[in-house]
Amino acid sequence: MAKRISRGRFLKTMGAGAVAGSTFSILSCSVSTSPQSSGDGGGNGGGGNGGGGNSLNLYNWSDYVAEETLPGFEEETGIRVTQDFYASNEELLARLQSGAAGYDVIVPSDYMVAIMQKSGVLQELDFEQIPNFENVGEEFRGLSYDPENNFSVPYQWGTTGLLYNRAEIGEITSWDAIFDPEFEGRIAMIDDVRETLGAALMSLGYSINSTDEAELEEAQSLLVEQKPLLRGYFDSTEITPLVENGDILIGHVFSGDGMTPTMDNEDLAYIIPEPGATRWTDNMCIPNGAANVEGAHQFINYILAAGPGAALTNYTYYGTPNEAALPDIDEELTDIPEYDPPDEVFDRLQVIEDVGEATRMYERIFTEVKSS
Amino acid sequence: MDERKGWSWRLAGLLSPAAFWLGIFFMLPLMLILVYSFGRSGVYGDITITFDPSNYLRVFDPLYLEIIGRSLAIAGLTTLFCFALGYPLAYFITFKGGRWKLALLLMVMIPFWTSLLVRAYAWVVILGGNGIANRSLQFLGITSEPLNLIFTPQAVMMGMVYSYLPFMILPLYASLEKFDSRLKEAAQDLGASRWHTFWKVTFPLSLPGVIAGSILVFIPSAGEFVIPDLLGGSRTVMTGNLIQQQFLNARDWAFGSALAVMLGVLMLGAILLYIRKVGTDKLEGV
Amino acid sequence: MAKGKGGGLPDKALFALAGFVYLFLYAPIAVLIFFSFNAERSTQVWSGFSMRWYGELIRDQSILDAFYNSLIVGVSATLVSTIIGTFAAMGLARHRFRGKTAADSTIYAATVMPEIVVGVSLLAFFVTVQFQLGLTTIIIAHVAFCISFVTIVVRARLAGMDRSVEEAAAYLGANPATTFLRVTLPIILPGVMAGGLLAFTLSFDDFVITFFTAGVGSSTLPLKIYSMIKFGVSPIINALSTVILVVTVILIVGGSRILAGRKE
Repeated sequence: MAKRISRGRFLKTMGAGAVAGSTFSILSCSVSTSPQSSGDGGGNGGGGNGGGGNSLNLYNWSDYVAEETLPGFEEETGIRVTQDFYASNEELLARLQSGAAGYDVIVPSDYMVAIMQKSGVLQELDFEQIPNFENVGEEFRGLSYDPENNFSVPYQWGTTGLLYNRAEIGEITSWDAIFDPEFEGRIAMIDDVRETLGAALMSLGYSINSTDEAELEEAQSLLVEQKPLLRGYFDSTEITPLVENGDILIGHVFSGDGMTPTMDNEDLAYIIPEPGATRWTDNMCIPNGAANVEGAHQFINYILAAGPGAALTNYTYYGTPNEAALPDIDEELTDIPEYDPPDEVFDRLQVIEDVGEATRMYERIFTEVKSS
Repeated sequence: MDERKGWSWRLAGLLSPAAFWLGIFFMLPLMLILVYSFGRSGVYGDITITFDPSNYLRVFDPLYLEIIGRSLAIAGLTTLFCFALGYPLAYFITFKGGRWKLALLLMVMIPFWTSLLVRAYAWVVILGGNGIANRSLQFLGITSEPLNLIFTPQAVMMGMVYSYLPFMILPLYASLEKFDSRLKEAAQDLGASRWHTFWKVTFPLSLPGVIAGSILVFIPSAGEFVIPDLLGGSRTVMTGNLIQQQFLNARDWAFGSALAVMLGVLMLGAILLYIRKVGTDKLEGV
Repeated sequence: MAKGKGGGLPDKALFALAGFVYLFLYAPIAVLIFFSFNAERSTQVWSGFSMRWYGELIRDQSILDAFYNSLIVGVSATLVSTIIGTFAAMGLARHRFRGKTAADSTIYAATVMPEIVVGVSLLAFFVTVQFQLGLTTIIIAHVAFCISFVTIVVRARLAGMDRSVEEAAAYLGANPATTFLRVTLPIILPGVMAGGLLAFTLSFDDFVITFFTAGVGSSTLPLKIYSMIKFGVSPIINALSTVILVVTVILIVGGSRILAGRKE
């Protein structure tokens, strides 16, 4: 019954039909004849499916586990880990609050643990299932954002500073460099409200947790002024390659992303800028709605073991709260002063805290800066 | 064609699945964000409906108006470029394609069937600091230092024109294809010049294709967020990015909803205006 | 008609422009394919030929999972939306009734509403009614935007159909169901298939709406590609793009060949 159709008709139908649908009946009239057999569009090779069985969903920062971490965990427990990435704590929270249920382990920073606790998205940990918690150093237990460690176990810690091309611009020591018109178009900042607004606040000599409207406004105008100098706001792991391949000269990055490229490129350097910089601690937490709570505990326990903890740090270049792992940390890493800052540097580091109602103000300022 | 008049059980049966689906999963969600747009987002993720217009007042802040304006301008320019590149090609395929017509058409379609993200990604690779564009420029001695090609408004435009060009070419082709070349000959026999023939005969008859193509390019461009996200850097925030940011980063659903409502209304309005201006008869006539 | 003479635009300029546009369409794709064979991790600096990224592509389970998810979503959304859309097209093409303008407007509005608006509104909706995000929500969302496209395409086919055949069938005593299955459906089948094909393509390639309605573990191929571009560019993406391209070309060329062969 259906008419045989020519190749020409076929093509016309495919093309016109495909596009046509989206407007009015204008083109669909040319869809008067149609393919009998179909060539479907946008296909892809491969096939099949892993899935099923014992699995764990990890929602993490990008490039934040060692190459052997997930395979090692799978080998030990038989649990396959699937990883999704977020670029900031705010994105993590927003995704969790907009229905992303089913992640088993998440890795929020300090202040975000506090916010998440208040928002009721975390579940309490069962330390019976995390015997390796004993490896966590004293100074990483009971931190202000979770005094009883009810919801969080430290993962890694680090600083936020600047990765820059020393060979091209010479030594720099303070935040001033990212506001220097000389580097117009060759600067990138982290797309993170607290870090970027924090950098402006600290360079002005204010607290990173300021809730003073005047101070925040000052920081806002500084960032608005800075904006024409920027290449853009990116994820920290996106910024590193931009500095490496010469696209930009100065990048605002997390310490691991900052120190890794300096290992095999003498021209690059990572600094903890003056007068102050962020010191953060990331934590493993189990969100409500986790599909594999037992596996999540197993994963947390695995990371806190000596071997996996050391492997993690040797890959990411972030500090470990895991004392059992310390002997196995590569020397070339412990030799970098920025890896474990001396007291005089450590003392000027600031920790981001939940600022409560002022969060809205921060978000609003950052949106306005990015929109300006 | 004769049509049956009035409601019947049969008609209700035919229409109710679509009515149900579009009602629940298209109209209702739109109503919902309309309601949310009159709310206020709390710090810890809650949202209270306050029925005050503060979010809309914020949308009309010059800051955001500029972004909306910029998005429309970028979308308009993208449409223009697509037209400038697409029309000659569609014309070429239709009238000069000869026996290669199908192959030529197919070559327009292959990029179209390939993932939009792949098309955008291609420009990430090309425009990068060490990318082929920069190195060609340096090789040709046009520049000695790598230029800032990626993360600029121009990069976004490039990515958009590239991604949406087939959406312009295919409807143009479809409407030119219907065109009876004898009309052209008649015009020329009557002494019309080439250009005159084109402007007075060919172009007006291909207008429905132009309209369809423009709509197909303009709408997705104006609401685009992936391409500026990948190619735009900080200087090319578009309305789509702003909306996405409010929902998936700043957790300000109320403001995000207000922006989305604005964008939706603007788009529908623009199309209604466009169609009214050119006349629907032209659309039906193809 | 005589070539060259009948044209409204000068030939040489036209040829040059057309050549330029084809170059513009294909040069980026060529660059992508070229760097999929790069030995090193860079997607911008050539360092020698290698197939290693294709090897890594095949071994990357998450890409295979994403492809599988895309297929599930594409096929389910196509089936459901094609059936619903075809019914709606029959209702709209054959009947005049109160509220028809409203129905028409809704169908068209769904096709011109910016995807980002549809995406965030569906997200808000699913979260509000506490419907867990996942493959189901993606499919629901895709069906919603595909219905309109299917309806428009099928309706155009119905508009060109000769009603007398159906009337003859009814006159000969066939009931409405039989008439539909034996008479109407075969005639409109090409339109239905074109609609289904369009729905599949739109669904398989959709990024924006999927981005907002996907849940944990339900990444589709476009979402996976996006995440790879954002969080770790490597020639694997180029390799994946090349595979997608090759498959697309094979399907299109193959499809048209088969049809051409049948005709002869």
